[in-house]
Amino acid sequence: MAKDLMKGNEAIGAAAIKAGCRYFFGYPITPQSELPEYMSRELPKVGGVFLQAESEVAAINMVYGASGAGARVMTSSSSPGISLKMEGISYIAGAELPCLIVNIVRGGPGLGGIQPAQSDYFQATKGGGHGDYRLIVLAPNSIQEMCDLVMDGFDIADQYRNPVMILGDGTLGQMMEAVEFNEPKKRELPPKDWATTGIKDKNGKKRLISSLFIQPEDLENHNLKLQMKYEEIKKNETKFESLDVDDADIVLTAYGTTSRIVSNAIKALKKIGIKAGMIRPITLWPFPYGAYEKAADSAKAFLTVEMSLGQMVEDVRLGVNGKKPVYFYGRTGGMLPDQTEIVEKVKKILGGEI
Amino acid sequence: MKTVFDRTKALTPAAMHYCPGCTHGIVHRLVGEVLEELDILDKSTMVAPVGCSTFIYDYINCDAQQAAHGRAPAVATGIKRVHPDSIVFTYQGDGDLASIGTAEIVHAAMRGERITVIFVNNAIYGMTGGQMAPTTLAGQKASTAPLGRDKLHYGMPIRMSEMLATLDSATFIERVSVHDPAHIRKAKSAIKKAFENQITGVGFSMVEVLSTCPTNWKMTPVEALEWLKDNMIPYYPLGNIGNPKEVE
Repeated sequence: MAKDLMKGNEAIGAAAIKAGCRYFFGYPITPQSELPEYMSRELPKVGGVFLQAESEVAAINMVYGASGAGARVMTSSSSPGISLKMEGISYIAGAELPCLIVNIVRGGPGLGGIQPAQSDYFQATKGGGHGDYRLIVLAPNSIQEMCDLVMDGFDIADQYRNPVMILGDGTLGQMMEAVEFNEPKKRELPPKDWATTGIKDKNGKKRLISSLFIQPEDLENHNLKLQMKYEEIKKNETKFESLDVDDADIVLTAYGTTSRIVSNAIKALKKIGIKAGMIRPITLWPFPYGAYEKAADSAKAFLTVEMSLGQMVEDVRLGVNGKKPVYFYGRTGGMLPDQTEIVEKVKKILGGEI
Repeated sequence: MKTVFDRTKALTPAAMHYCPGCTHGIVHRLVGEVLEELDILDKSTMVAPVGCSTFIYDYINCDAQQAAHGRAPAVATGIKRVHPDSIVFTYQGDGDLASIGTAEIVHAAMRGERITVIFVNNAIYGMTGGQMAPTTLAGQKASTAPLGRDKLHYGMPIRMSEMLATLDSATFIERVSVHDPAHIRKAKSAIKKAFENQITGVGFSMVEVLSTCPTNWKMTPVEALEWLKDNMIPYYPLGNIGNPKEVE
């Protein structure tokens, strides 16, 4: 099949429509606005609905309503807008509604900037909204992988009745690459026999979408049920890529755009005789802690590289579990880590200088 | 024996949790009767608010979604856009609709969402214990305005119906009261028109129902009904504020 040259934000939209998404509710924010613009143009052509909401708060609640009504639905935003959506995301997780949320991350905190960043890792993987809930967080490092994860992401959401987040960044949203749209692996998707469609078609029994459990024992049971689901997701969906880890003296960890810079740094390190490998988490939640068990025995040290001042590094430390030192290198505010800076950092670590 | 009065099939047999003298029960019944009479119960989805009437989904016999505080019109928008032939309505109090949810209600009305909004205005926060609402009257006491609402500190109360009626796509807006049987009958007629407005697809419709909160007003039920008539109606005049009109 011929490949299409597409901008990241537009490729997300194309993949979503191919995956059967017919509803998009969003609000403009840089650097993701090409996605709602694409959806406003393309969704009506396939009988779908694009609606620009009055705010990110309203948009995520429209997603709640549409998902509760049984639709395949998505929204997208960038960091400050995702903060606004957090109330709704907590309700969506609590009511166990499937949907896709795209965060094309920019620098923060506050209004921050409009350049790429990875400083929303904590927000995406450790909560953000209130309560004991988990988002399934997928972190592509190319436009192709972004398309694949968007298409599979809708199925994952439906399979587990859980919101899925695509955690990209401004670079992935804005750059262009050649893509093709591949059917994701077939999953057994449960029927949406919980969706509120009007009671006529289901034996007179009314349906309720809610995250309210006023009796404490009921709320505890609901949370225990959610935890069982999260354990199932950890078991089935944890995904990472491993590059030359087995014989590496130092194992680097990076996701998304940063992993591309790190893989170039690893090539440069090899040229000067340093054996370096990389673990690239593709699911940030569930995080691939297991990938570090063996590596923590064989490698001498670990280095995490991020476009933040150190967020994922905490999960790497949990994975390495104190067996070896874990170092960090990051740039933030829209600045990208530089390949030569990474090489220098590795030389210092292995040379015992830090 | 001939049955002359019965529970509408739109209401479940569940015992309501409302305080004695609260008028939510009356408004629930009016909505239920209208859903039954228009034969739309089997294609209706209700959006429940946060507040005293959160548990409306236990009492009205149709599909329901429970929304975050103030977000019911956005949730209803999502449902209606997915199932345009179904009937979607929200039931919201004045804290929910007139305070935290002002953006959602204004923009649902602006878009002319084909939804019906039942807006229960009792001029106070009920569930949380009688705090001041944007609808609390000047001088009216509340647990966060112990000396009464000071209009220099908080301004004058918001009239949501008049505000929304300025929007061209808000095609049916009426304010009613449930303080006596005659007004209850008028309220039902307005609620019916609001749902008919949705059925014919004309546009957004809302009925504001002036209601009592004897517990937080610290009155007997009868005193509360009298207080509503004497104090709320002069500030919140009854009647139709926006008539059905075809949106160009």
